[in-house]
This record gives sequence, C-alpha cells and structure tokens, in this order.
Amino acid sequence: MKKNLIALLSGSIFSIGLVISGMTNPKKVIGFLDIFGDWDPSLVFVMAGAVVFNFISFRFIFKRKPLCDTQHQLPANSSIDKKLVIGSIIFGIGWGLSGICPGPGIVNIITAKSEIFYFMTSLFLGIFLFSLFDKKSA
Amino acid sequence: MEINFIYPLVGGLIIGAASSLLQFGLGRISGISGILANTPSATLKKDYWRIFFLMGLIFGAAICLSFKPQLFSYTFEAPIISYILSGLLVGFGTRLGSGCTSGHGVCGIARLSKRSITATLLFIGAGIATVTLKGFFL
Repeated sequence: MKKNLIALLSGSIFSIGLVISGMTNPKKVIGFLDIFGDWDPSLVFVMAGAVVFNFISFRFIFKRKPLCDTQHQLPANSSIDKKLVIGSIIFGIGWGLSGICPGPGIVNIITAKSEIFYFMTSLFLGIFLFSLFDKKSA
Repeated sequence: MEINFIYPLVGGLIIGAASSLLQFGLGRISGISGILANTPSATLKKDYWRIFFLMGLIFGAAICLSFKPQLFSYTFEAPIISYILSGLLVGFGTRLGSGCTSGHGVCGIARLSKRSITATLLFIGAGIATVTLKGFFL
C-alpha cells in the first residue's frame, strides 16, 4: 500500500513538473528541436533542472536500499547495441513529428483533444507491434 | 529575445524531485515508456505501483487544469496524420531503445549511464533532423 501511495505521489508531482516546465506544450518542444530555425532554448533548463536534481540526490539514494524494496532495480544491460541506437532514432523521429513524448502524451489526455487521442492510440499500437516483433526476433 | 527560463527550470527541478522520490521509495527508475508498456502484464500479476504512477500523472494534470487552466492554453497544430505516425514511432522506438525522455533523459543521464547518454543524444538529434527536414519540405 505504501508503495502504491508513493508511486501515486511521484506520478502526480512528475505531472505537475511536466506542465509547469512547458514540456507538455508541443509547440515548445518543436521550438526546442528547431535549432536551425526559430530556436527556443528554454527546454534546455528542464533537462538541466531534472538531471542536476537527480545527479545530486541519487548519490544519497543509491547508498541505501529503497524504502519499500530490498534493492534498487537498475538496467543490467550496459552495452550500446543496435537496438538502443535504432530505437532511439525511431523515437526521435516520432518525437519531432508531433512534439509529444510518452509522459506529456499521458498528461495531455486531460485536454481531451482529438490529436492526443490519435497519438495515444497509435502509441499503444506501436508498443503492441514491438511486442510482436520482439517475440519473433527472440 | 527574452527567454523565460524560470518555469522550465522550476518544472525541471520538480520532475527531478518526483523521479528521486520513486527511486528513494520503490527503487525504480521513472521511465514512463517502460512503466506504460509494462502496466498491463504487471497489473495482472497484482503488481500495482505502475498503474498508481500513471493515475498520478493524470491526477497531477487535473490539479494543474483546475488551478491554472491557462497552462493548457496551447494548441495542437500538426495534421492528424502526424500524431498517428508519431505515436506509432514513439511507441515502437521507445520499446526497442528501452526508454524515452524520462528514463534515458532524466534518470539515465543522472546515473551517468553510457547507454542513456547515447540514447538521449540520438533521439534529440533525430528530433532536430525531423523538425529541420519538415521545415524544408512543408
């Protein structure tokens, strides 16, 4: 129960941060990616704020076990493989097309705009297609 | 040009705090694409933290909308096909590349993970290329 409440709280705070930062506004995101055009560097500060906060707090957090588990669950894979490279490029192309990544997509459900409905439905379809592809290639 | 960096910076710090809270409490990385994709199978196994985190994202958005609706005053201007294509690529790409802006960008870079730093540079690069090319052809 405590675990679920912490997750609920973390998700709520995460969402408020995304909205305040401007990450949920696709125009801002596209402006950030438009470095050769009308560049809007403001989202650099979002990344900087979040990374610096975690960089400092992680030093303390990783020193002890988490509150509700016996150990921290971190990715075991440390190699830069083809999947990582191709997947990240595919994601980047998709991100550039709409200015929406998964977090802001979910947060924007609240706007009840049809564009978000189309984005989220295809996002789930993309996840599903990957699971088929992954089974086949495994 | 006046750059408003206060909102992005404060929003970024809040995102960092939310992410640190999840790591501190559950020992989990706040990677939203991974959380989203694993929610159905985990929920069937009675592991509920992911669905609570996602509910938190919606709840936080609802709080923002009720207290400061002007934070959502932006519009979605791309043609519908862009959102459909984008969702598919973002869904498939983040699964293949094991993460998105939150998992690789916010958490991974703070852990100085080589995989995450590579992924982030690639998806930002691909995003820049997409926005730039779109500017040329449309």
